[in-house]
Amino acid sequence: MSDQSPLLRLESISKQYPGCLANDNVSLIIKSGEIHALLGENGAGKSTLVKIIYGLLKPSSGQLYWKGKPLHVDGPSAARALGIGMVFQHFSLFEALTVAENIALGLDEHIPEKQLHEKITQVSHAYGLPLEPKREVHSLSVGERQRIEIVRCLLQNPQLLIMDEPTSVLTPQEVQTLFATLTKLSKEGCAILYISHKLDEIKQLCEAATILRDGAVVAECDPRQETAQSLARLMIGTTPEIISAASSGLDKTMLSVRNLSIKSTEAFGTDLSDISFQVNAGEILGIAGVAGNGQTELLNVLSGETLTAATSIEINNQPCGNLSPVARRQLGMAYVPENRLGHGAVPSMDLIENTILTGYKKQKLINKLGIDIKASHDITKSIRDGFKVKSSGAEDEAQSLSGGNLQKFIVGREITQKPELLILGQPTWGVDAGSAAAIHQQIIQLAQSGVAVLIISQDLDELLTLSNKIAVISAGHLSEFKPVETVDAESLGLLMGSAAIEETHVTQA
Amino acid sequence: MLLRLEPRKSISRTYQYLSPVLALLLTLLAGLLVFLFMGHPPIKALHAFFIAPISHSYGVSELLVKASPLILIALGLAMGFRANVWNIGAEGQLVLGAIFGSILPIYFSDSSNPLMLPAMLLLGFIGGMLWAAIPAFLKIKFNTNEILTSLMLTYVAALILSLLVHGPWRDPGGFNFPESVIFPDAATLPVIWSGTRAHLGIVFVVIIALAVWWLLSRGLAGFKIRVFGEAPQAAQYAGFKQSSMIRFTLLLGGGLAGLAGVMEVAGPIGQLQPSVSPGYGFTAIIVAFLGRLHPVGIIFAGLILALSYLGGENIQIAMGLPKGIAGVFQGMLLFFLLGCDVLTRYRIRFFSEAGQST
Repeated sequence: MSDQSPLLRLESISKQYPGCLANDNVSLIIKSGEIHALLGENGAGKSTLVKIIYGLLKPSSGQLYWKGKPLHVDGPSAARALGIGMVFQHFSLFEALTVAENIALGLDEHIPEKQLHEKITQVSHAYGLPLEPKREVHSLSVGERQRIEIVRCLLQNPQLLIMDEPTSVLTPQEVQTLFATLTKLSKEGCAILYISHKLDEIKQLCEAATILRDGAVVAECDPRQETAQSLARLMIGTTPEIISAASSGLDKTMLSVRNLSIKSTEAFGTDLSDISFQVNAGEILGIAGVAGNGQTELLNVLSGETLTAATSIEINNQPCGNLSPVARRQLGMAYVPENRLGHGAVPSMDLIENTILTGYKKQKLINKLGIDIKASHDITKSIRDGFKVKSSGAEDEAQSLSGGNLQKFIVGREITQKPELLILGQPTWGVDAGSAAAIHQQIIQLAQSGVAVLIISQDLDELLTLSNKIAVISAGHLSEFKPVETVDAESLGLLMGSAAIEETHVTQA
Repeated sequence: MLLRLEPRKSISRTYQYLSPVLALLLTLLAGLLVFLFMGHPPIKALHAFFIAPISHSYGVSELLVKASPLILIALGLAMGFRANVWNIGAEGQLVLGAIFGSILPIYFSDSSNPLMLPAMLLLGFIGGMLWAAIPAFLKIKFNTNEILTSLMLTYVAALILSLLVHGPWRDPGGFNFPESVIFPDAATLPVIWSGTRAHLGIVFVVIIALAVWWLLSRGLAGFKIRVFGEAPQAAQYAGFKQSSMIRFTLLLGGGLAGLAGVMEVAGPIGQLQPSVSPGYGFTAIIVAFLGRLHPVGIIFAGLILALSYLGGENIQIAMGLPKGIAGVFQGMLLFFLLGCDVLTRYRIRFFSEAGQST
């Protein structure tokens, strides 16, 4: 292929949504065999851009060229026919079907079953992504599920593979395996468009990078020549704040969990088995782990959304395993759930009503005379001011706020209740860097003032920065808490992956 | 040309309130066409249906008499609908309310005890509540679908009523008609507008509408209802129990339907008959939605739907058209309302076939 016509060229692509310009005049060149990073914060327009390339969206203006010729992608199947494959951040797999069945469903052509099994085994081994075609998806780890999506793309001999935040669900070891695969693919001539906001990964893997901010290209660079700081500056526009580490704990136990075992009520949920730990006042404990290893179940049982034996959980030395979330708040608990919209906040209600949502009893916002409008309004105002929540007013609906602002509001709301124990699930998931830094700062200040904090997160960097002690949850088992000084991403990664290995042994035995 | 519904980014409040008005106009327009195609002078027919019935004070009083059960039931249903509890069986709960409320005047038909009426109203409320307690229990215990159970119980209720008026509760001096004795004065709602059938129940309805308005906008129970309707997971996060929400909304909705039932037999009807309602329990569903599940809206919607009953009766007398035309108008209204509601949430996009496809 000549140098004059690169594999894919985007020229002045814009995408206008009602009230929001998602892509603003974006131009981009991808050469054959290149690993090209598309870097940007959440909401910078990365996903919109790749959806345009993959034919899921039409650009409002601009032109795509494929090998020098104008390109009109009529939809994902047309994109696949051209040789464009995409691995999504959220997998679309049927849990109850086998690996081969899932792959067959995603293929545009029909391949006989036996041939397909052979092909899957061959391709998956050639690229270091071992898969058993006959295994059912629900028995696979998240990393293995991702392999299905990759193998599905590889079976169609792509010339361009789009990977949307592929490492957000992987352990550090799995990330290295994935990188080896991607490097091998690129050596064979397949171009890779790699979307991420993780700077270290991009420095390690990619040879070119396009950086998006607010929908527009702000820089093109060779990430290998940049530092993580300089990339971050390009991506965010300012230098991120550096936060000081947390203080160590006091001698007062705020949360104590003893021999907690729970059967999950969900069809493919994770059972919790024999979990014991305690959180002292003034310390921050972190629980790491790959998604779907029991985090949701643990958060639900700690918050009181699922109930258990009274003595399994003690808050402030009061047995409360059988108490409702309201009663636990009275004991000093506050809780920020993983999911902001629909769990932590009611999307269609305004901020005042969302303040009432968790504070109605503890802050006495609803009494015999009904909702105390003035008090609710005042507390909402103090949350907005104190936690720098950007909204046009307290009457704004929760869903109209950006992810970062809504998360700041929810964290602020919980902190305003003056808890002695704060539990957080994925506190900065999908939050812009500025808000994330502000939230981290709040959590540290809270711990320094003597509040016990428990964070359950998939973001290892976050946990390593904030926590005093870290444990890993894997297949419903919790490892021992270790001081943060004695662990690193590597050793935690081994613990995070251990369950997958154990499970494989069990099925083989 | 292809068309597709695309969700709107933000839903305009104004459109949400304009939607029922637009639906009404479209209903009138469609009504015009219906009469035209049936070969009747459309303006005259519409006048006979919508204007003539309330062009005299007796008509206005009848409008109030018919609107009050509709409003009362719709108030209860709206609370459930807001919490995604779909009680479709208000008609049955109304019937049970009428039956329970009739116990005292049938067994003590010569009593003049002033406590009789309050006791009847209370019993009617309890009757409707008990009937609604069955779907509530089934939903909480076995997760059955309350739409089906409440609807099916409506037919059971109608059979129980039929059994009673044909059997043990038939008036011995009533020439074998399947009707109970005429209720004594102490068991009848006092008329508040002399010369008409407008009764004290209308005042109760207004008071209850105010109470429901307060509950929904200011009370804890109303707050819970709204959170459950908008985001069930957030409701659990806040510590609201789903089972108590189902129980509360179904029992209150059933109770109010039961109250509407007893107010019919103690009011305009004055005895227990094989049929105590021309489908108020079902029409109230339209009232609740036309009124945007809001107490003030429900009052207006109740008056409009009550007019459709009067219009049906009047057009039968004035033009010899079937009374069923009322049902046609009610159906068209609901149809247009749902259509307008879809368009407030979605926009229609047209595509040429050569263009986009996904």
